[in-house]
Amino acid sequence: MSAPLLDVRDVTLQYKTSERLVTATQRVSFQVHAGDRFVVLGPSGCGKSTLLKAVGGYLAPVEGEIRLNGTPIRKPGADRVMVFQEFDQLLPWKTVKENVKFALVASRTLSGSEAEDRALHYIAMVGLAGSANSYPHTLSGGMKQRVAIARGMAMQPAILLMDEPFAALDALTRQQMQDELLRLWEDTRFTVLFVTHSIPEAVKVGSHILLLSAHPGRVRKLVHSDGSDRADASGLRLSERIHRQLFESEPVAKELVHAA
Amino acid sequence: MPPDARCPATSGTLEAPPLLNEPPIAGERPLVLVEQLANVAALRKILLLMVLAVLWQAYASRLDNPLLFPTFTATLEALWEGLLSGALIQRAAFTLKLLLVGYASGVLLAGLLTGLAIGSRLGNDLLETLTAMFNPLPAIALLPLALLWFGLGAGSLIFVLIHSVLWPVALCTHAGFKSVSPTLRMVGRNYGLVGPRYVTRILIPAAFPCILSGLKNGWAFAWRTLIAAELVFGVSSGSGGLGWFIYENKNQLEIPSVFAGLLTVILIGLAMENLVFRSIEVCTVRRWGMHA
Repeated sequence: MSAPLLDVRDVTLQYKTSERLVTATQRVSFQVHAGDRFVVLGPSGCGKSTLLKAVGGYLAPVEGEIRLNGTPIRKPGADRVMVFQEFDQLLPWKTVKENVKFALVASRTLSGSEAEDRALHYIAMVGLAGSANSYPHTLSGGMKQRVAIARGMAMQPAILLMDEPFAALDALTRQQMQDELLRLWEDTRFTVLFVTHSIPEAVKVGSHILLLSAHPGRVRKLVHSDGSDRADASGLRLSERIHRQLFESEPVAKELVHAA
Repeated sequence: MPPDARCPATSGTLEAPPLLNEPPIAGERPLVLVEQLANVAALRKILLLMVLAVLWQAYASRLDNPLLFPTFTATLEALWEGLLSGALIQRAAFTLKLLLVGYASGVLLAGLLTGLAIGSRLGNDLLETLTAMFNPLPAIALLPLALLWFGLGAGSLIFVLIHSVLWPVALCTHAGFKSVSPTLRMVGRNYGLVGPRYVTRILIPAAFPCILSGLKNGWAFAWRTLIAAELVFGVSSGSGGLGWFIYENKNQLEIPSVFAGLLTVILIGLAMENLVFRSIEVCTVRRWGMHA
């Protein structure tokens, strides 16, 4: 395969709280190629969000290196756009259209009518053309996340970083949003690094799933998914295998590795 | 009417329900005018004011001592005269001009101080210490010192005004900046905003609800402080403001004019708080759904 788009090599991440120094991940390595839907999956405390923030450039690794297209990541940049879980990621003082436009203008990607056109294009893509002039507080949670996704995609970043973007949505909306994300991906084949703690979501959304263990986060396994969650030769469905991998004791997990 | 005469007319078309005899209760009906008017808060308040005015008038007439408590009509008369002669307007203008200078300088200084505070940890500590020290201190308590330093005149008043504005505004603004959500901060930095662009495009709008309430607080403090300060002195600064107008008229036992001066203070305060700040709030914070 060609050179990876994103190369995470032996990355150890630590952060300080007011009381202690937390090691979030320990020597995590993985590669993301263009067009991948790469999911980082793990229980809470496995450092997956911290890992995403490090890729975003908000946090420097204490060990190892993260490279995007061969260049080490040192600070946040518009080539890696984050989509957060929190609804307040939209600027409340700007309308839907202005929010998307803001990203393009602030990052000096586009300006003027070009920014406007592209903003409207991506807003239409996520099905919100009718709400382009609404303020975020008038939108539902799902609509807000759609705006955030439109804003991220409008930037046409090298990689889209999604930090549990659907976790705060109700179950029905969450499923819709997953379908929609896949549809958008079919259209443009963007590269996405997607963090979640939901196994079904990982199986559905991801083409590659990286399993992390907790405290500190270490790589357990990388699995592939075609989204259908079919049973393999062992008679277990992918989600079941992932579940065992993540939550059962070490020996069983090792057996499964051999079985798979 | 014979029963068989009406039967053919109804039986073929519908089973005549007995309910038809009762008048149906409407599911909804428009509110009658009185009910609609009762829903307008402003109207209710105007009514209350009128009741208060009548009570005032009745009590003052019974007391019959204009030196202690003039009637409502006498107060209105004094107000009208004050407005006609231009004296009240002139005094109010004097006060407002001073206020504007003091308020603007106070807000500017607060902006500088908060800028320093978000820029560095030391600046942050400085702001926190200073606001903790000076915020509980009523600005008017500095007046004797101000008189000593700046003499009798506008300088002293402005010094006291700045004090009354600076600390509450700095406190609110700083709290506002600190409460900007980490997500919004990360969004700003994601799109390459740093330095002044980050402050003006992310921090200030995100903290705007707090900044606005700080400006409102600052205004309220400044207005009260200035009137109080003018009561203590003001004649030496040449013409004197509203506070001095009240004091002067009290000395001349023109009590209706004292009341008229007080009314003017209330009216200007109300106008600023309800017209100016309220409209800013409606155009910004409420429109954005950011009000608490």
